[in-house]
Amino acid sequence: MLTKRIIPCLDIKDGRTVKGVNFAELRDAGDPIELAALYALQGADELVFLDITATVEKRKTLSELVNKIAHKINIPFTVGGGIKTEEDVSVLLQNGADKISINTAAYMDPTIIKSFAKNFGSQCVVLAIDTKCEADGKWYVYLNGGRQKTDTLTTEWAKKAVDLGAGEILLTSMNHDGTKQGFALDITATLSSTLPVPIIASGGGGESAHFYDVFTTGKADAALAASIFHYKELAIPDLKQYLNNKGISIRL
Amino acid sequence: MNTVIIQYNAGNIQSVLYALERIGMTAVVTDDPTLIQSADKVIFPGVGEASTAMQYLKERNLDVLISELKQPVLGICLGMQLMCRHSEENNTPCLGIFDEQVQKFTTSLPTLKIPQMGWNTIGDLRSDLFTSVPENSFAYFVHGYYATLGKHTIAKTDYIQTYSAALQKNNFYGVQFHPEKSALVGEQIIKNFIAL
Repeated sequence: MLTKRIIPCLDIKDGRTVKGVNFAELRDAGDPIELAALYALQGADELVFLDITATVEKRKTLSELVNKIAHKINIPFTVGGGIKTEEDVSVLLQNGADKISINTAAYMDPTIIKSFAKNFGSQCVVLAIDTKCEADGKWYVYLNGGRQKTDTLTTEWAKKAVDLGAGEILLTSMNHDGTKQGFALDITATLSSTLPVPIIASGGGGESAHFYDVFTTGKADAALAASIFHYKELAIPDLKQYLNNKGISIRL
Repeated sequence: MNTVIIQYNAGNIQSVLYALERIGMTAVVTDDPTLIQSADKVIFPGVGEASTAMQYLKERNLDVLISELKQPVLGICLGMQLMCRHSEENNTPCLGIFDEQVQKFTTSLPTLKIPQMGWNTIGDLRSDLFTSVPENSFAYFVHGYYATLGKHTIAKTDYIQTYSAALQKNNFYGVQFHPEKSALVGEQIIKNFIAL
């Protein structure tokens, strides 16, 4: 049976993990490769690396890092952050990334979704959406790391992106991100039950029960979290054992 | 040990090379017929679309060359599908090494996503390829088409229906999943292939 996926996310700046981590097992807590290898060993099903570097040197640094990760890690991984052109995608895939994730650039020019899917296959095109539920009760798309609101409904953008060739949706709820109070179950379930592609839920995971909820009520195919894993508030083996005991199909 | 990875217009070739390097092996990535024919082991990887890949192979006579190889050959994902008789993906005649057919996943259940993407179990394991691999081990799959069950089936997986997770005929092996991305299980399968 196909299992639900647990995906740690690492934020990268200038080739280093941004959020401080405190793993006794690691010689260098800021080294994304060491941290990624540890997560892979602990049973992470995939990894996501989001590059938040904002310099002109970024592309070269990132592709070199991706190459090192690909040499070290034996599970699939996605790379995101500032990807705009076919050349960007080509370099990352050639260096060993399995998937790329796009967000604001795809919203500004949706035709890149189609060209990426045609040239590299839908399976490697992950559309990331930052979304927020407004006072009117509707979920809207936000851009530029959540700083810029749009008038586009998340359901409409997600459907359009899938029609253009996006192979997966990484949905982050800004209302829930950082709260550790649980994932956005309603919008995740809405997308998962209306779209033919996997939905990765992100934002709000604080304890094991939240993951159970997002895989059942939220109908998510995968769940992503960052700080609760980095700060060892929740260990991946414990989380996966909990989910397995509760009857969720999971890889142990 | 002289291992060759066939270079053609498909993705994930680098990932296969890196996976070999992780377990202390090396390989040459090439489409040179002489190098392919003289290799001890040949890996035929692939992520992509069947008809475009077959056309590319035919234009370079790699279709005939692959079919006539005598050493162990391992097809991965699209590579395995191209070794079957026919693919429903754009109605493509393939190499015909395995008699099994490649068909499209179809379902009316909205909870089942197509392509299948993620970790699933492989069972009913019947080959040297799976030495030291326990029944129902997890492997990583990404595919919208599958090979039917048949006499060459050496591993099975369930998604929508039961299908061939791996095939073998004489020196030809094929796996639908990605051993290069399947953690320790995948590394064991690659080691087993190299040790054949």
